[in-house]
Formats: sequence, C-alpha cells, structure tokens
Amino acid sequence: MDAKIGKLEQTARIIRARIIENSHRTQTPHLASCLSCVDILVAAYFEVLRIDPSKPTESNRDRFILSKGHGAAALFQVLALRGYYPESMLDHYGEDGSVFAEHPPAPAYLPGIEAATGSLGHGFPLGLGMALAGRIQNQTYRVIALVSDGECNEGSTWEAAMLAAAQKTENIGVIVDFNKWQATGRSEEIMGPVSLAGKWRAFGWNTCEIDGHDMGELVRRLQQVPDGSGKPVAIVAHTVKGKGVSFMEDDNNWHYRIPSAEEVKAAKRELGVLA
Amino acid sequence: MRNAFADEITRLGASDPRVVLLSGDIGNKLFDKFKQQAQNRFYNCGVAEANMMSVAAGMALSGLRPVVYTITPFTTTRCLEQIRVDVCYHRAPVVIVGTGAGLSYAELGPTHHSLEDLALLRSLPEMTVFAPCDEVELRLGLRAALAQDGPVYMRIGKKGEPVIHSGQPGFRFGKAITVREGEDVCLISTGTMMPVVLAAGDLLGRKGLSARVESFHTIKPLDTGRLKEVFARYRLIAVVEEHSRLGGLGGSVAEWLSSQDGLRGHMIGFGTDDVFMHEVGSQEYGRHKFGLTSENIAETVSARLASLPSA
Repeated sequence: MDAKIGKLEQTARIIRARIIENSHRTQTPHLASCLSCVDILVAAYFEVLRIDPSKPTESNRDRFILSKGHGAAALFQVLALRGYYPESMLDHYGEDGSVFAEHPPAPAYLPGIEAATGSLGHGFPLGLGMALAGRIQNQTYRVIALVSDGECNEGSTWEAAMLAAAQKTENIGVIVDFNKWQATGRSEEIMGPVSLAGKWRAFGWNTCEIDGHDMGELVRRLQQVPDGSGKPVAIVAHTVKGKGVSFMEDDNNWHYRIPSAEEVKAAKRELGVLA
Repeated sequence: MRNAFADEITRLGASDPRVVLLSGDIGNKLFDKFKQQAQNRFYNCGVAEANMMSVAAGMALSGLRPVVYTITPFTTTRCLEQIRVDVCYHRAPVVIVGTGAGLSYAELGPTHHSLEDLALLRSLPEMTVFAPCDEVELRLGLRAALAQDGPVYMRIGKKGEPVIHSGQPGFRFGKAITVREGEDVCLISTGTMMPVVLAAGDLLGRKGLSARVESFHTIKPLDTGRLKEVFARYRLIAVVEEHSRLGGLGGSVAEWLSSQDGLRGHMIGFGTDDVFMHEVGSQEYGRHKFGLTSENIAETVSARLASLPSA
C-alpha cells in the first residue's frame, strides 16, 4: 500500500508541475484552485474510480464530476496522463479553436469529461441525476462530485444535498475542496461562518473531515462510496490553496496570478520535478 | 391539457422504461396513476427547480428520458441557467413542461404569468419550443419529444381547453398544421390562442372575409416553408400568441421576414404589452386588456386589410 501511495504522490507532483508550466505558457489563471485539488483528482482517477479510458462512455463506468469547473487546468492534465487523450493535445491548450479553455467543455467534445462545468452549483446536481439514473437502471456505478467551498455559496448545491438525502442516494459522494478561500476572500468571512461539515451533516449526509492532501486517507474515504450507511457521503477535505509550492500556499493572489518563468523554475525545484 | 398530459405521460411511461417524471412539488394527485405503475420513476423534487432541472439533465445524460413538470415560470425563468448549460449545452434529451401558458394563471398574479418564456427558451441553441393548441397536439408532441435526441420545451395550458383537431393530423415538430382554409387573410396561432383565433375567423367570415387558420405549434424550429407560402399568397398575415409581442412567435416571424425579398404579405402581431399585469383579473380579463379577443383581432385585421393596396 505504501508503495502505491508513494506512486500516487509522485503522480500528483508531476501533475502540479505541468499545471504550473501550463499556466505560465498559456496565461491560464485559477492556478491555486487547481493545486489545492490535485491530490483529490489523482486519488480518484489513478486509484479509486472504476473507469477504462479507452471506453469513456461505457454505461456502468464511475462518474467523476469536477463541479468546481475552474479546476479544469488540473483535470485536463489528469485525464491526459490517465490516457483519455494524447498528452500532445495539450500543446494546443488555450489556442483559438482548441477544446482546452478555462473550464471543461461538454462531454461530446473531450473524452473523459462528464459535465461542462464552470458555472458553480451545476455539476453536483447533474451528478445527482446520474446517480439516480444508475439506481433506476440497476447499475452499480458511483458518482463523485468535487465541489469547492466557494461553490457551497450556491443555493443549488443545497437543493441537491436535500434531494440526495431524501432519496437515500447512496451511490453519490461529494468531496469538498475546503481550501478556505474563494475568489475574493476568506470563504468563512464571505458566506460561511458556520461549520461546513456541520452543514453537510445537518442536510442528512454521512460526513467526515480529512486532510485533503493525505493520499492514503483520500483513497480510503473515496473508496467508501457507498459506505453502507444508507446516506450519501460528504467528505470535507481540508486543503491548502496553492498546495505544493511554498510561495503560492495559502496566498489568494494566486487565484488569478500567472507565474513568471523564474517562478515556474522555482516551483518545479520545490516539487522535485525537473523535466 | 393538464389531464391529457398526465394521461399521455402515464401511457408512454408504461411502454418506455426510460421515461422518468420529475415534479416540483405539484400535481401529486394528477400523477397518481403514473406513480402506481412506475414508483421508482417518479420524483417529487420539492420546491427546488434549479436542482430539478440539473438532475433531469444528469438522468438524460445517463440514458433516461426525464420529463420535468411544474408551473411555467418555475420550470423556465427560475432555472434558466440550468436549462441553458446543463440541458442545452449538453444536448440532454430533457422534456421541460410548463403548465399555465400565457395568462392561464392570470388570477395568481404576475409571479405566475408566463409571457416571456417563448422568447427566452427559443434563444437557446438545441432547444425545440412547442406550444400545442389542444390535447391532440399535446399528445402527438409529447410522443415526438420522447423520440428525439435533444431538449424540448412544451408550454401547455391548464384544464378545460376545447379540442380543436378532429382525428389525428400529421405531426412533426417544425411543421405547421392548417386548421382551416381561407382566401383573404391568414391567421397564424400558437398554443392556447387557437379557440380565439378560430372565433376571429368566424367573425371575419361575417364581414365577408375568408380566413385561413394555421396552427404553429412549434415556435422553434420555425416552419419557414409554410411562412414562405402564406406570405407569398396573402396580403396580410396575423400572428397571435398569448405571450409578449417581444421575441415570441411574432418576433420570430418578423426576424425571418426581415431576411426575405419580394413577398406580398404584411404582418400584424397580436400579443401582450411589455408590462406586468399587476391588477387582479381572470384570463379573460387579461386577454381583453391586451386585445387578445376574437372581436379585436377580427376588427383590427379587417381594418388593416382595407388599408392595404389590393394588388
């Protein structure tokens, strides 16, 4: 297990380096938001999800929804490395006519994408529809939706939370990338002075809080969807915005800031990814 | 129309296991039969329409054919972004049903009127916009909606609307149905206005004017072939809808007309004014206020015809 976790951690470092390089090369923002959820994406795509990248529309596949669509720059790297499309496609990131924008396109345009997100509060409810459809059609797939703490401002997030609990939707898990920041400030100050995990519990979800950068814990918790409780599962993952690079960590300027060539070099040195 | 919808969706749900019915906490009694036969395919999504629309899109992307039902403003403007992004951008085959077309719920006040829905929904790529004139068109349209691969918005009345079509007319989205032939003027109606338009045709007949009546049950895609034919043939074409004159069927026809050359016909539009009807009143009161009566339509059309050059 330790060797497996070590390998996942190495994958996460490579993904982080690629995201930072890509941000510099293509002037793509939301860097810090991407870095905070890399470990979650890697745990899901490289260990937990029952998926076959060569069959991206297989009907009983697990579905992963990046409900925080502004993390697309992270998802695009993960899907390429996982084999959904050639990594060389990313050479055209951000070019006119490319599919790689700041947010994920509709599934028809890029293999591996389950939902076009970017307007917050849509992906998780869409995922709930997919989870209920699985139950109606007697399929065994699971749906994991990754939401941001800022996204928990959206009323539709809580509408979906209520319906999922009322319908005892066991095959959906929401993981909150709780990096304590949203675009313009501390999430607790803007809309969330009450415990986030407490809210999910109050809405009827079986809720746990974990270190969102502890790969072993991420794998263990994500594998427990469904967890046998008869309730949907909420994982509040405490994360650090800009995780992995000392001068970006917990500094909200990196929500929009683009790294210089020097900063890319320094970041890669810290990550131990030189290529 | 409500009861016909409930009856037809129950029938279709019995033969097609992909059909799922989602309701926004209304119509519980209405759907008792559906629930009896397919309990695991009926979802009361509560008073949370934004989520209901996204859930429907997610179901549609997973092989089901969800039908979303509630009062028109709540299944359209309340969750417009969910329709735009989750349904239309994903080309998810969701059937969106709004009950209470136009001023059907006039007494409930402007929160429950639907006079902008056609304009808003027809502007969304991939969307089919359908407004049946009676339960015959409703049943045919619902079947057609479940058979197609993209989203459909269906705007239906309340209850007690008269049946217009005797028998089963040929039906296709985007293909108008000729309800009555006539020589002097063409009246184009969509949705719930049909009985008023037919009555206007009768009144014109008493003035010695023979009116053709067309049912444009589909606002989008627009039947431009039929428009071309009637604008070539008639001097005057009246478009009647229980909707704002901004952006609905009349607006749609006017957009099309602006790109045409050499057609004979002039257009006149009947619809509601660009206002909220804040005062209390029945549907009849509201229609009268906005000139959506057979008398006003017949009067205005005959006056306009008289003012046009006869050549």
